Amino acid sequence: METILETKNLTMNFGGIKALDRVDLDVRQGEICALIGPNGAGKTTFFNCITGIYPPSEGDVFISPPAGKRKRINGLPVHRVTARGLARTFQNIRLFPDMTVLENVMVGRHCRTKAGVLGAIFRDRITRKEEKAVVTRSYAILERIGLADLANALARNLPYGDQRRLEIARALATEPFLLLLDEPAAGMNPRETEALEELILRIKTEEQISILMIEHDMRMVMSISDRIFVLDYGKKIAEGTAAEIWENPVVIKAYLGEEFDA
Amino acid sequence: MKRLAELRESLVIALWFMFLTFPILVIQVNTIEKTIIWRWQNLLYVGIGSFALSFVWRYFIGKAAAGGRASGERAEEKTSILQRITADSRFSRSAILLTALIALAFPFLSSTYQVNIMTTALMYVVLGLGLNIVVGQAGLLHLGYVAFYAVGAYTYALLYQHFGIGFWTALPLGALMAMVFGLLLGFPVLRLRGDYLAIVTLGFGEITRIVLENWSEFSSGPSGISEIPRPGFFNLAMDLEESTIYLYFLMVGFVLFTIFVTNRLQNSRIGRAWLALREDEVACEAMGVNKTVAKMTAFALGSTWAGMMGVVFAAKTTFVNPASFTFLESAMILSIVVLGGMGSTLGVILASFLLILLPEYLRAFSDYRMLLFGTIMVVMMIFRPQGIITNIRRTYEYHFERKQNGAPDASV
Amino acid sequence: MDYFLELFIGGLTRGSIYALIALGYTMVYGIIELINFAHGEIYMIGAFTALIVATILTMSGMSGVSVLVLAFLVAVLYSSCYGFTVEKIAYKPLRGASRLSPLISAIGMSIFLQNYVMLAQTSDFLPFPNLLPELPFMEPYAHIMGSTEFIIVTTTAVVMILLTILIKFTKIGKAMRATAQDRNMAMLVGVNVNRVISTTFIIGSALAAVGGVLIASHIGRINFYIGFIAGIKAFTAAVLGGIGSIPGAVLGSLILGWTESFATGYVSSDYEDVFAFALLVLILIFRPSGLLGRSTTQKV
Repeated sequence: METILETKNLTMNFGGIKALDRVDLDVRQGEICALIGPNGAGKTTFFNCITGIYPPSEGDVFISPPAGKRKRINGLPVHRVTARGLARTFQNIRLFPDMTVLENVMVGRHCRTKAGVLGAIFRDRITRKEEKAVVTRSYAILERIGLADLANALARNLPYGDQRRLEIARALATEPFLLLLDEPAAGMNPRETEALEELILRIKTEEQISILMIEHDMRMVMSISDRIFVLDYGKKIAEGTAAEIWENPVVIKAYLGEEFDA
Repeated sequence: MKRLAELRESLVIALWFMFLTFPILVIQVNTIEKTIIWRWQNLLYVGIGSFALSFVWRYFIGKAAAGGRASGERAEEKTSILQRITADSRFSRSAILLTALIALAFPFLSSTYQVNIMTTALMYVVLGLGLNIVVGQAGLLHLGYVAFYAVGAYTYALLYQHFGIGFWTALPLGALMAMVFGLLLGFPVLRLRGDYLAIVTLGFGEITRIVLENWSEFSSGPSGISEIPRPGFFNLAMDLEESTIYLYFLMVGFVLFTIFVTNRLQNSRIGRAWLALREDEVACEAMGVNKTVAKMTAFALGSTWAGMMGVVFAAKTTFVNPASFTFLESAMILSIVVLGGMGSTLGVILASFLLILLPEYLRAFSDYRMLLFGTIMVVMMIFRPQGIITNIRRTYEYHFERKQNGAPDASV
Repeated sequence: MDYFLELFIGGLTRGSIYALIALGYTMVYGIIELINFAHGEIYMIGAFTALIVATILTMSGMSGVSVLVLAFLVAVLYSSCYGFTVEKIAYKPLRGASRLSPLISAIGMSIFLQNYVMLAQTSDFLPFPNLLPELPFMEPYAHIMGSTEFIIVTTTAVVMILLTILIKFTKIGKAMRATAQDRNMAMLVGVNVNRVISTTFIIGSALAAVGGVLIASHIGRINFYIGFIAGIKAFTAAVLGGIGSIPGAVLGSLILGWTESFATGYVSSDYEDVFAFALLVLILIFRPSGLLGRSTTQKV
């Protein structure tokens, strides 16, 4: 299996505090990987570093899209990273609340379409065709995610669980090869989590999109992850399969330690 | 018990405002003639006024808070009557027909003076819609819109003065100049966080006026440039009344053109990117939207529209000077957008008629115009940020199985 | 050389006044991330209040330092009250709204206050009596630095020191710094955030009033529009120094004051206001975080 995302020595300093400390991590084609660790371990910072929101202080981020060459992407602006095929969701949901569900997904098509101002005004044949394709494709994504019935509702009016699913739908619309999910199950009830689990597996098998997720729901992490990485105080302290991580004393200590602190 | 507490609170508020406004509203000093005028009656007005307003304020704040809490699925059903009427296609069709008839007949039924005022109102409709692209759709606060209006007006005035260039040639050139200025100003600022744009555009608006006033060799200073020709129509000689009517119809045309363009933009790839940018910049970027490019596009387009109207303004008044391009104008256009509802075309049209025609017909009102604009901005933001008419999102209907060709049947 | 010194002192004086206003912008921005457009109007109201009080007192036969002190105190009191009220009406209901809403509300408040003063008083320039006393010991240096300039610079310096002490060592100062760092966190550890925000507005407004009385005495005339331009310039100074940073605001103000003073002295006085604006655009191009500002990382 080919490696599609690789970080080498990834370090992020915030005024003397090392939020990430020489993290090496890799995701291979067709995998579901999980990034776990106590609160404040630097998981979201890791996402922010690879998606271009923060430029890393040191180290490198490489991507090798299945249909492309290996490239170094640190320092690239956020929208370029998305165009290269990394798409993400956010820990605290960040939808476009006053746009409809369908429009939210349509925004995700932005970087795969071209129509400009003149196209919008004259609505020429190419623009019309593109616009049609955007609607068709976005709607199709909503059907696969199971939100098609709500396509014309405003995003702000969706129930919590559906908002999380809509974020995933929106990310899928950018045609990523790697989907980054930041705590997708947070705040979900067990039934919703189960549906989410099934959705993530479906994305992996049907769409051939690899997944890297940050998640606190250990049951879900253990059941669907191919490999797990553990961060603590910005350092990677362990990696391996669910079984390996489950028995790793370092991991247990990090987690128990956190519980005693809290 | 609650009533009593509210009463006491309102009393305190009334006393507070009486205290607060005392020096400015009650005492008027004339330092030249060394006289002091005491206007005690104002104290009474403030007391009674703020007492009454505090109840209104409390009621609406409470209502807004309750509305915020109940923002479940029910919020969607809470569409206003106006919205439901406009959504009814049969009704809206007859409304459009009626408006068109009135617009056509208007210049033949009223005096030249009235037609002139209406032309001005139509110009503000276009300016409002232009600024709405920047503020309403893309969410960028632009406080110097009038500067681009001035760029357009002076482009025509100077081109005519030096080269004898006519209205129709100056129109695209004025628009282009304003766009260039928009790009030049937007480039350093738009990659930064949004609030810097507000202060830079505010400064730019003032600077433009100062430069026009002081650089006499270029702009003829405060005395301005006069005898700019009105728009021509195939070399046809027109008297004042005829050219006023001609300009009126020209403006109707401009309004229709602007509505057409802004509506198309709103429901396009670019329009969606603007809206997304307004809603959540971080998420928008993460969806692959280049936010600097999107902001620049909105800013440049808005400027272009102002430049275009500037040319029309110069042609209408046949005279331009810096005094026409004060902050008052920018504030007025912004109030139109804020009152009309950010992003809503119909709202902006209604608001411009309201804000332009009201001071025109209620003369007493016109002194308090700016006070009103300021109040509108504060009150609308607090109680109705979406404006008098909420913009309804376009819905796309999509029949996956029923239609073989897979063409989405989109309807507004 | 004397001309240079004169311009240098002129710039220092201007810069001091800008600093008094810029602090209000930077403190408010540091805490609620809002450009308080109405801040310039608070400064203008301070000047008007002082003018009204001074005129009444002078006409009733008082003179000298007592007029100055009373006018000062009343101006500071009223400006603080206005600042407090503006926050309660126009900004407090908008906490948690989108970024655009408070900005529009702020510009609306600014327009409102300008026109309120214009309608209630006058749209003409009013001559402002020079309340500041002539200092005999300054006489030998009068060709370089007059008494007024000396008083302005000294007053500003004293006010800055007091402000620094307030922020560094008092309880409310610590609460202000905590809120500026992280409002939610401050709330969690028991800081009364509403009180901190109100205090910030009050302090900022009081400083602006001091600036208003000083500059009005210095220039000798005021109208309802003085706050607008002063506001833009002071904000420029705050951005130049790094918005949110208090020493930055002072440094930025001094640099702006000198730039203006030298540019009008050596280049042209017609474009006095243009230099400040050009400086603002240049900073935003080359160093948007300002001279002493830390580059902010957005929270995601």
